[in-house]
Amino acid sequence: MFPAGRYSIKAQRCMRVLRTVQAEHALPQLYACRQNGSSAVTPRITSHYTICPRDKDSRWEGVEMERFADEADVVIVGGGPAGLSAAIRLKQLANEQEKELRVCLVEKASQIGAHTLSGACLEPSALSELFPDWKERGAPMNTPVTEDVFSILTKKHRIPVPMLPGLPMNNHGNYIVRLGHFVRWLGEQAEELGVEIYPGYAAAEVLFHEDGSVKGIATNDVGIAKDGSPKDVFERGMELHAKVTLFGEGCHGHLAKQLYKQFNLRENCEPQTYAIGLKELWVIDENKWRAGRIEHSVGWPLNRNTYGGSFLYHLNEGEPLVALGFVIGLDYTNPYLSPFREFQQWKHHPFISKTLEGGTRIAYGARALNEGGYQSLPKVTFPGGVLIGCSPGFMNVPKIKGTHTAMKSGMLAAEAIFPKVTAEDLASETIGLHVPEYEESLKKSWIWKELYAVRNIRPSFHNYFGLYGGMLYTGVFYWMCRGKEPWTLKHAGLDSDQLKPAKECTPIEYPKPDGKLSFDLLSSVALSGTNHEGDQPPHLTLKDDSVPVAHNLAIYDGPEQRFCPAGVYEYVPLETGEGMRLQINAQNCVHCKTCDIKDPSQNINWVVPEGSGGPAYNGM
Amino acid sequence: MSRVLVGVKRVIDYAVKIRVKPDNSGVVTDGVKHSMNPFCEIAVEEAVRLKEKKFISEVVAVSCGPAQATETIRTALAMGCDRGIHVEVSGKDYESLGPLQVSKIFAALAKKEEASLVILGKQAIDDDCNQTGQMTAALLDWPQGTFASEVEITGDKVKVVREIDGGLETIKINMPAVLTADLRLNTPRYATLPNIMKAKKKKIANVKPADLGVDIVSRACRGTEWDTVGSLYEQWRSRSEHGALVF
Repeated sequence: MFPAGRYSIKAQRCMRVLRTVQAEHALPQLYACRQNGSSAVTPRITSHYTICPRDKDSRWEGVEMERFADEADVVIVGGGPAGLSAAIRLKQLANEQEKELRVCLVEKASQIGAHTLSGACLEPSALSELFPDWKERGAPMNTPVTEDVFSILTKKHRIPVPMLPGLPMNNHGNYIVRLGHFVRWLGEQAEELGVEIYPGYAAAEVLFHEDGSVKGIATNDVGIAKDGSPKDVFERGMELHAKVTLFGEGCHGHLAKQLYKQFNLRENCEPQTYAIGLKELWVIDENKWRAGRIEHSVGWPLNRNTYGGSFLYHLNEGEPLVALGFVIGLDYTNPYLSPFREFQQWKHHPFISKTLEGGTRIAYGARALNEGGYQSLPKVTFPGGVLIGCSPGFMNVPKIKGTHTAMKSGMLAAEAIFPKVTAEDLASETIGLHVPEYEESLKKSWIWKELYAVRNIRPSFHNYFGLYGGMLYTGVFYWMCRGKEPWTLKHAGLDSDQLKPAKECTPIEYPKPDGKLSFDLLSSVALSGTNHEGDQPPHLTLKDDSVPVAHNLAIYDGPEQRFCPAGVYEYVPLETGEGMRLQINAQNCVHCKTCDIKDPSQNINWVVPEGSGGPAYNGM
Repeated sequence: MSRVLVGVKRVIDYAVKIRVKPDNSGVVTDGVKHSMNPFCEIAVEEAVRLKEKKFISEVVAVSCGPAQATETIRTALAMGCDRGIHVEVSGKDYESLGPLQVSKIFAALAKKEEASLVILGKQAIDDDCNQTGQMTAALLDWPQGTFASEVEITGDKVKVVREIDGGLETIKINMPAVLTADLRLNTPRYATLPNIMKAKKKKIANVKPADLGVDIVSRACRGTEWDTVGSLYEQWRSRSEHGALVF
């Protein structure tokens, strides 16, 4: 084993030296020389311009940095359920009232739906409000729920739990959907209504007016080489200015992260807490296929103190397709836990494997999701913009549904913004419009009531009995009182603070994948279709390149090599022989955002890569 | 001045894992990520560079396929092409559309548009045929500069450096000609957002193969199996007329 203790003292000395040198910004190629006094040289990992500014970099001298700018009335960041619902609602209002409204939507995926991943069981409430005639319009809602099964799994057996009506997990009246296809359909409806949709262009930067209000966004630059220098094909991104900008980046958006700091939106709420969801699509044996069947489980292979569970939905889309997956709360404490391998192991349980035997896996993906609910809702409006969807986080955790609330939040935002954006005399205090009416309408809506009612279920898991305490709480207080109890339980704090040092925990022995039910990580990543332009700076940026080895590896045995569902992070031996280095395989990234959330040093900052990069999910 | 036709093909993105349809009739394409064939991107880039150097006056992007092919043409327009032509072929016709049919379409268009150059990618990454450029040149009876890694126009002649098995071959051909782009010809530019927005205003004409007088029916025949060489020879002898094979 490497001398962890001795390493960290030297590393700490380095960081002290670094802090004093920070004012004098060294050129990127001399970065390695900054590490005076350390026995091991940290190879340079991060070359992204958000960490290594270009205005002090000689390779960027004389490069044209002027950006083309365009004006719209409303700009929406993110083509998911929230963003598209907001766009559609805005255009519906504009057409009703015969007003002109330019709505532009930018989406980092190459096509709408390619970065969308969810279980998913959709409650059609918000959809029926948006499109009462959704059936005639051909919405891909082909699988009404027919049966709902809940189990507690032990290593070999299963304890059935009755799905009483009134329990949050009850799914009567809902539809199993392939959310990627649903989002694609929403995109088609939006385009028909006149929304300008630009897939393949990521919003990389928030723009501000002089008075501090949001002016719009700028899309990503293209043509920067891996070492941070400009290539021949370098071109600046484009600026899109708007009266109001809606940020619907989904769970843990990177621009939202900046906005929280900029406008202090999280000062009166608890930190958001998350989970990682991994999902696969399988074509199974026809005889085992029961369209409309929903199965959820908790228990094995997780211990009672790790929040998580599984889902398995039988879809009705022509072929015998099932969507299955595993969700693990990112407040887990054991750094040796690998969500991917827990998922693979779970599939071997007899109750699950009997469905999957003889089937073929056709897709894989992963995404972080919100678990904070009511307690973690930030302020959602600020001068010039609003936050919608899973970005602030309206997911109903015990129901494990967030799509209907995301859509509704987008619609409420549109309804609040529309009169302001089309008003003849805009008497606004700030150049970018402030729309506090959105937050007020949220508080009066069914989203708020729903989230308030279930607010105590997730935090009730933080007790000695873990899962069983939580289920008891749900059974007693939610089923009987519907969340009317006068207290509000707290979450445990930031997910990144929850890991215990590696020496206090036991490594977990995972079984080898058998290639039929369970699979290895790299073949799974290949199924996600993910790819990025290779010659670009890694978009998993590190604020300090020395911290992974000095801190994450030394104290926590490098948890990022286990929690990343795409194999982006690897600790490999240094070429010089002594010690390890972190290797970032940015091309594998599936944009799940787990690393940004769970990194114990909070050193990883996920930024958006060149547009079109990322997974190529089809109906996930 | 002169006009260039550039062919662009919409193919399944190279990073996507393809899946065969359950009935084995083909590959699943619905909802799968598609993009412009990488060699076609290189062809478009070369055409746009020739226009920027003022050797040609207009670049026309052409794609044969279903409605979604217009997205690929839009990308070509965003890279700098002036207008597009979408030759609409869908459904069963599209499944059987191969290099021979596409080259007939390109030959007809090249004559109709009075093009002085047709630039194509050397091959498509879904079928790897490497035939369309060559067939188009043959149908037009034009010279061809295939596997081009360098293209230089002087007057009405084109100097092409070709990447061949033995190394590099330099040829000089007369215009009008057909060129196919190889990997090292250039590095394609990005289709940036302002250009995509401008491209929305550029025209894409919609035509059917029949409008061009092209019959795209595929006459590929099924093969037959014989047990022994002897029986094959017998069949051959009995069916041949004047020494030629007739089936």
